[in-house]
Amino acid sequence: MNHLISIEDLQRADIERIVSQAERFAEVSDREIKTLPTLRGRMVLNLFYEASTRTRGSFELAAKRLSADVVNFVASGSSVEKGESLKDTVLTLSAHKPDAIVLRTPWAGAAELVSRWCSAAIVNAGDGKHEHPTQALLDVYTLRRHLGAIDGASIWIVGDVAHSRVARSNVLAFQRMGARVTLAGPPTLIPRGIEELGCEVRYTLDELDTANVVYALRMQHERMSETWVPSMREYAAWYQINGRRLAPHQTLMHPGPVNRGVELSGEVVDSPQAVITAQVQAGVVVRMAVLYELLAGAREPRPAPAAEPVAGGRLA
Amino acid sequence: MSAIESLIGGPQPPAELLLRDVHVLDPRAGIDARHDVRVRGGRIAELGAPGDLEREPHGVDAAGEQELIDGGGRLRLLPAFFDPHVHLRTPGQEHKEDLESGTRAAAAGGFGAVIAMPNTDPVLDSAPLLRSLRDAAAREARVPVGFLPAITRGLQGEQLTEMAELRQEGALGFTDDGRPVHSAGMLRKALQYQRLCGGVLSLHEEDPTLSRGGAMHEGAVSAALGITGIPTVAESTMVARDAALAGYEDARVHFQHLSCAASVDAVAAAKAHGWRVSAEVCPHHLLLTEQDVRGLDTRMKMYPPLATEADRLALIEGLRAGTIDCVASDHAPHARDEKEVPFEQAPMGSTGLETAFAALHTGLVLPGIVDLALLVERMTAGAALYELPTPSIAAGEPANLTLIDLDAVWVAGEHGWESRSENCCFAGRRLQGRVLLTLAAGAIAHRDRALAMVGAR
Repeated sequence: MNHLISIEDLQRADIERIVSQAERFAEVSDREIKTLPTLRGRMVLNLFYEASTRTRGSFELAAKRLSADVVNFVASGSSVEKGESLKDTVLTLSAHKPDAIVLRTPWAGAAELVSRWCSAAIVNAGDGKHEHPTQALLDVYTLRRHLGAIDGASIWIVGDVAHSRVARSNVLAFQRMGARVTLAGPPTLIPRGIEELGCEVRYTLDELDTANVVYALRMQHERMSETWVPSMREYAAWYQINGRRLAPHQTLMHPGPVNRGVELSGEVVDSPQAVITAQVQAGVVVRMAVLYELLAGAREPRPAPAAEPVAGGRLA
Repeated sequence: MSAIESLIGGPQPPAELLLRDVHVLDPRAGIDARHDVRVRGGRIAELGAPGDLEREPHGVDAAGEQELIDGGGRLRLLPAFFDPHVHLRTPGQEHKEDLESGTRAAAAGGFGAVIAMPNTDPVLDSAPLLRSLRDAAAREARVPVGFLPAITRGLQGEQLTEMAELRQEGALGFTDDGRPVHSAGMLRKALQYQRLCGGVLSLHEEDPTLSRGGAMHEGAVSAALGITGIPTVAESTMVARDAALAGYEDARVHFQHLSCAASVDAVAAAKAHGWRVSAEVCPHHLLLTEQDVRGLDTRMKMYPPLATEADRLALIEGLRAGTIDCVASDHAPHARDEKEVPFEQAPMGSTGLETAFAALHTGLVLPGIVDLALLVERMTAGAALYELPTPSIAAGEPANLTLIDLDAVWVAGEHGWESRSENCCFAGRRLQGRVLLTLAAGAIAHRDRALAMVGAR
């Protein structure tokens, strides 16, 4: 693997390899000295165009646990606000010769674009509403630890699918691992055509009891410029995962940060069925495994990026 | 109502040519045979049997000889194409295109005339600006250019432009292209005012309350990519609404760049009512679909967006049946750095003048989906829609001709572009059919380098 752009690019074996590597790193995390020398001398650049404390912190911790140097570049207060384009920013930062760039942007496909512009390994930490592959990997890791295996499990992803990059990556990753995925939420927040990813779509939680895993999505107020649901109150009445809706055999997940009282009631957040804290812990070891996968070991020198993408193929 | 010429181009010497043994195809004139064609003083002087005509002397003291181009019975001579929808970006965005580079691209694509859109900076919405643009075209344009000023001032959709004065200054019609006239009441006033000033009202159809925030067609691909989609009803509901308004006011409207089956249906219904509507379709909507957007190549981003295969097939059927009257390129140049950004940030539009014929020939004619004669008809039909003479291959007509090698295979963009911009959705594709020579308004507007090898002596 040269980059981690999209779960679409990964086979089941790739996911299993990364998750297994994360399990090995998890053992180290329990030791007194948590740092490994694996990536000593390598540089990881965090380039974030969106506010993020958790994901960035998680990547930073993962890189430091592997002894890599970490540079954080946050879009606000930088040249980006002075009008520099993404390409110019990436070319400028590439002058420091980072080995990996962890990139978060509000634009779908940005990670893929950047991978063509520089020779660093690109880790997509969220590109618009498209994908957030490390979140999906850490969710697979968490579920595997919790359930043993994902094969055959029924996983319901509930809430604002339209604005969620987590939903897209997780549908793909859970399906790769053998699960059946159902998307449920208000019709205004389920994109037309999403069922072609191979998942089911429901507009009510009437059949939620068939799920083994309930994965609630965050209602992203910050991404909503229009009215998608009549009110948070009505949303909660129909789609909130609470003690009444969550059955005792079900596992509850959430990518965080939680809006208590909106997508989840306080009682389920604090219940033993919730593995939300485990997901956060998994974040560091899975991201260590991703950096390890991309940077460690005897690797061929990176090929120079292609000069110009060529639109391929003949006409219809 | 206007006495002045609507199309205006730069000064060019009238052509003196003998096109020997070319395969002349002019569907309207009913010609599909090998001929010698003489162009004298920029006009088609005579058609003769292949090999019958000899070069004539011309020029001062008859010192020169007409240039001889030998078609070998193989090269096609067609009426020059007419493009009713291009963006020449002048004034204000000359880093993308200007009158000279844009019309050079048109000539390279076999177009003998084009109509320029008004969404420039400043917007073409006043008579003085139209005058200055026409003056510039008279100096710089390689092929004649017609102008469509805005329907509403500044494309703001709030106040009509001085349409009657603009018509007197040579406006072919009016459009707010790039934006819809969102208010039905506003559009109705323009339709009523057309009774005074004439001129076709050309409509970019988009309901912004449905399309807002969208960057591509709404469907399986947009859902998978997490990009806000533009539903086809954003276009088709506005086509239906405006057709009804035109019918009510008995006004003449033209629907720009249809992109979906529902819009074709709406136009067909309007025509069945006898309403005075016409429509155009772009090569990219006839040849590409949302699947081509999967790689998020920003050259595939345009309004209206590339839709589904079913939409594409309905557009082809609409073009064949005549529901869609003509082909338009919607040539929309953007600078490289403007397009070299994430898909959602990129401006809408693809260049298309230089590839329109070759792409449609490759994608529709060669597989037998559309006849060459029908394609030629649809690529020249735009002129009549704007009440302009249709290029015709007959003795006495001004020379508006394009000479094409239908066997020549080339890779779009491999040797660069005549346009100042390179954001062509067909770039990198193998196309068959190459324009060798274009005559526009009697003058040679384009001559391919390959012509020296295949035809000229």
